[in-house]
Amino acid sequence: MPSHTDKIYENELRELREKLLAMGAKVELAIASSVRALVERDTALARKVEEDDTEINREEVDIDDCCRRILALRQPAGSDLRFITTALKIVTDLERMGDLAVNIAERVVDLNAAPQLGSYADIVKLADLAQAQLKHALDAFVDGNPSAAQVVLKGDELVDAVYLKVFNELVGLMLEDSKNIRRATALMFVAKHLERLADHATNVAEMVIYMVKGTDVRHPHSRGLAEE
Amino acid sequence: MTAAVKIDVARLDAWFGRVHAVKGVSIQVPERGVLAVIGPSGCGKSTFLRCLNRMHELVPGARAAGRVLLDGDDVYGGSVDPVLLRRRVGMVFQRPNPFPAMSIRDNVIAGLKLNGLPRDTDEVLERCLTQAALWDEVKDRLGGSPLALSGGQQQRLCIARALAVEPEVLLMDEPASALDPIATARIEELIHELKERYTIVLVTHNMQQAARTSDLTAFFYLGELVECGPTEQIFTNPKESRTEDYVTGKFG
Repeated sequence: MPSHTDKIYENELRELREKLLAMGAKVELAIASSVRALVERDTALARKVEEDDTEINREEVDIDDCCRRILALRQPAGSDLRFITTALKIVTDLERMGDLAVNIAERVVDLNAAPQLGSYADIVKLADLAQAQLKHALDAFVDGNPSAAQVVLKGDELVDAVYLKVFNELVGLMLEDSKNIRRATALMFVAKHLERLADHATNVAEMVIYMVKGTDVRHPHSRGLAEE
Repeated sequence: MTAAVKIDVARLDAWFGRVHAVKGVSIQVPERGVLAVIGPSGCGKSTFLRCLNRMHELVPGARAAGRVLLDGDDVYGGSVDPVLLRRRVGMVFQRPNPFPAMSIRDNVIAGLKLNGLPRDTDEVLERCLTQAALWDEVKDRLGGSPLALSGGQQQRLCIARALAVEPEVLLMDEPASALDPIATARIEELIHELKERYTIVLVTHNMQQAARTSDLTAFFYLGELVECGPTEQIFTNPKESRTEDYVTGKFG
């Protein structure tokens, strides 16, 4: 693939890509840590996830600045323009994922203060799926691979199915004994946050398809237009 | 809504002596549309433009082949008078070129004088200068020299001069490249207003200008038309990789 005649511009685009990936890696770590804090009952780790989020927030602002600067000074077109608009959108998804990891960590702090309720096996399964969704979405972004992104879109169905299973299990625990309600509700929030995380990964994947192919697959309406 | 085709170019070739400057270009410009032609220097875009009103053949050794239809009639047809054709297809050049020895008034009506004066030159004068967005700035000094005008004003004077003979098509070859950003913005605004009445073909090196002003953009490279499509598509999602490389700055 040819590179830009203007090498400084080429570097600016490369730096932006690297910043997004670095931020994505931090978000992946935050999610993994928040779930590990639950499974290993490591409250200190949960608190660390909360603290580390400030760094993710800082990177969001930095990436926004980068995009604005390129838009103002370079007037990008074609695939560069699609890359910048994609970056502006997925940075918001990544930041939101960081917040969700913090939300999970907050619940984990409460949960770890009480005895464990039931097995966490399905929550771990849900967490693994959500993390894999994000990882694959980011890989698709790095490789500019729309078919890999398409796999992420398909993968969301399984996430939703596992979420529903966890939800029903927790409702069962609540019905069994009202003393379970507090912890089961907290776990339900954890599960919901994981399910939302996967939705944000789906958003990233949709934007990758737009970035590479220029077609908007986010909604049935825009999909229809794209197929015309 | 499908507008009628104003200019229909099919398999156009143009040469300067042995140099094949335009190679088999086919393009359609809808009535009251703005076509921007972009491409690196020497890609044939200005030559293409000059074939549309048969100015290309004025260069010694230059010739053109193929078909250029204006409202369905071949401009290269045997019975066509190139001088009359150029009244229908006016031209605005890169450097403002008002006639220096004439007043502002005489510049605007110069084309009319050649063709016999109309009944009411004052009416033509005001109409053309108004359409060229210059009237308010010069109405009190119509007898003055055009050289006292700024570059942007001179260019608008040249546009007014082109409009005086009531053309149907305006060809613009880098009309704003010698102007500052404010004067450029006025020319671009003027293009928006003029497309209400005229079909415009604009050659420009300024890709943002093409993006801002045109409905269709054609990308030329080495004399060939690489791609022509809706301007928004050319600048957000071009089909051809050579177009993509050019609009993203990956050439050479």
